[in-house]
Amino acid sequence: MDCSHVFEFKVKRLIVVFTLFLAFFSAAPVAFAQPDSAHVAETVHDDAPKKFDIGKFALHHIGDSHSWHVIGDTYIGLPVILYTNSGFAVFNSGDFHHDDEAKVVVEANGQRFVKLHEKIYYASATANEHGQFVDLDERHHAANAKPLDLSFTKNVCTLFLSVIIILAVFLKVAKSYRVRKGKSPKGLQSWMEPIILFVRDDIAKPNLGHKYERFMPYLLTVFFFIWFNNMLGLVPFLPGGANLTGNIAVTMVLAVATFCLTVFNGNKYYWKHIFMPDVPWWMYVVMVPVELFGIFTKPIALMIRLFANITAGHILVLSLICLVFVFNSLYIAPVSVAFAVFIGAIELLVAFIQAFIFTILSALFIGMAIEDHH
Amino acid sequence: MITGSIAAIGAGLAAIGAGLGIGKIGGSAMDGIARQPEAASKIQTAMLIAAAFVEAVALFAVVVALMGNG
Repeated sequence: MDCSHVFEFKVKRLIVVFTLFLAFFSAAPVAFAQPDSAHVAETVHDDAPKKFDIGKFALHHIGDSHSWHVIGDTYIGLPVILYTNSGFAVFNSGDFHHDDEAKVVVEANGQRFVKLHEKIYYASATANEHGQFVDLDERHHAANAKPLDLSFTKNVCTLFLSVIIILAVFLKVAKSYRVRKGKSPKGLQSWMEPIILFVRDDIAKPNLGHKYERFMPYLLTVFFFIWFNNMLGLVPFLPGGANLTGNIAVTMVLAVATFCLTVFNGNKYYWKHIFMPDVPWWMYVVMVPVELFGIFTKPIALMIRLFANITAGHILVLSLICLVFVFNSLYIAPVSVAFAVFIGAIELLVAFIQAFIFTILSALFIGMAIEDHH
Repeated sequence: MITGSIAAIGAGLAAIGAGLGIGKIGGSAMDGIARQPEAASKIQTAMLIAAAFVEAVALFAVVVALMGNG
């Protein structure tokens, strides 16, 4: 059936809507520009020499945090748990009063702490010339000792939140399979079923062969964990906003899980391929170290791929939004918003693709380890 | 006088490399799908995996450039 005319009509309508949308955005600043630009100029004048640092801003926003920024000056304080020389010290991160420059000292468990750039240090006895209770070296890094930081940070919070969401979704789906046995799927169940089947038929079966069922729980867990967290990371306000899959520690744990599964499930053919490949014996000097190295580079590449993709996406969106502050003009806002929306839409796709890539590569590596000799 | 970090040049070079690589992958996938439209879904999967490998190398470069910058 030829549906091209329908498609063409829709495209035309989309173009019209989008043009109107852009026109509205570009026209609006003209109407209200006068008071706004004056206000901007005034506020900039106050700290004129201070240039907007886009890199620092972006890195601050993709990093972990001890408190959760809600809106404006509203923060949710999260518990800070420190393992110090004399046992644990626990206090609310709100005690720092959003200070990130080591100017506010918090006393807990008989010790004094300051927070500098989201790291917690033992406070110095006296403040330096900038009012900071740390000793800075010549590169402006703090030289103070650090307690072991086991805090319940924003990322940890999001981790638990995503676990709750995933559990809620899957327990509900599992229950409806029990209750509606033999009937067609309904509601959330019919939304999840194609995705689960996609993981089974397009990821597990082609790579793992007939032994795929053993690894389905792991593959499904990894897929949905990464996907849900990528999506949560794209939500700019409260329940989302943490950059969990763009945190290298989180991706490392996932990669280590794949590494362990690969190594512990490797059969004799897999190990023979590594230690006694079918090459002349004098090639072993080169082949064995390379193959041994390969065991580790594969999960490391998995770890860095996910981390770098998600981090790059977040930095891109933040940088586009920051263009307004870089050019210091309201007229750049429609451009920056349009590009940020466009990249945001691409990030939705990337969120899925990265979950898919991580899962399919995990399946590929495990499949290589359990493959029978042929 | 141009000021800035040489890391930016590194990131740009990485983008050129990845652009060439992904362009080649995408072009070849298009060729393949045009020849055999019924194999489109399999070609797309293989294309995505190959593209992910290329992209990963570019992103390694970006990460190194960022670290060099900071």
